[in-house]
Amino acid sequence: MVTISMEIQLLFAGMIFLIGLVGFLVRRNVIFMLLSIEIMLNSAGLAFVIAGSHWMQTDGQVMFIFILTVSAAEVSVGLALILQMYNHFRTLDADSISKLRDKKVI
Amino acid sequence: MNTIFIIAASIALISSLMSITNRNAIHALLYLILSLLSISIIFYISGAPFIAALEVIVYAGAIMVLFIFVVMILNIGLAEEIENRWLTPGTWAVPVILACALLALLVYAMRQMQSVNTTAVVITPKQVGISLFTTYLIAVEIAAVLLMAGIIGAYHLGKQRKKVVHRFLVKPGKEIPGK
Repeated sequence: MVTISMEIQLLFAGMIFLIGLVGFLVRRNVIFMLLSIEIMLNSAGLAFVIAGSHWMQTDGQVMFIFILTVSAAEVSVGLALILQMYNHFRTLDADSISKLRDKKVI
Repeated sequence: MNTIFIIAASIALISSLMSITNRNAIHALLYLILSLLSISIIFYISGAPFIAALEVIVYAGAIMVLFIFVVMILNIGLAEEIENRWLTPGTWAVPVILACALLALLVYAMRQMQSVNTTAVVITPKQVGISLFTTYLIAVEIAAVLLMAGIIGAYHLGKQRKKVVHRFLVKPGKEIPGK
């Protein structure tokens, strides 16, 4: 269909991954951390599909389907954990679930 | 270079940035949906129409709706104060600088690579299905087990447990929670 240079596409996937990584490191809200993980998984799948279309093989798309499965399972369990955390602590701050430590953070 | 790719990629980058820097959770999720849709355009133009459809249906349709439901259930808004106090430029500067260094490394590595132009050949869903159910059959079964574990885990964790407190253990004056 169209001709795109491969390294630009891979660079784009890497930039999306880095945005997700920065979001995961910076934010302390658990919902935003889960969302950043979604961005990172999606960019990994993008890199797989790009490489698969470069070598004209189906394996990249198959790997994307597996990434989709993993991401769906992870999101369902993670959101259930977030609900439990909100029921217990009445907050979504990731620093508030540090009861195993001695000192109180914040 | 292709114009469609550049437009879709810049939309995806900008909306991903907006989604991680936004304070409002619903707005961040809507920006993320926009980013996923533009990434699905990129899938489509690089010869993977099946994956583009899956991205729209499963990611933007199912997973993001799950997120939005949870955000609406929790009625977020009061959790933001702690993060506002915590999120000063001193705290986010270091991860951003490290990520920029990583990006520079990536650009350097891509410049070392000799330029290859990918002419996208459309891979049909039939080919993907044949590969999925012959070569990767074991992986499909493992994925089924993983989804089952996800369902059971979400059901088990999502249950609201009633706290049972014996009436002699409750201090006088304090009411038993859940009664």
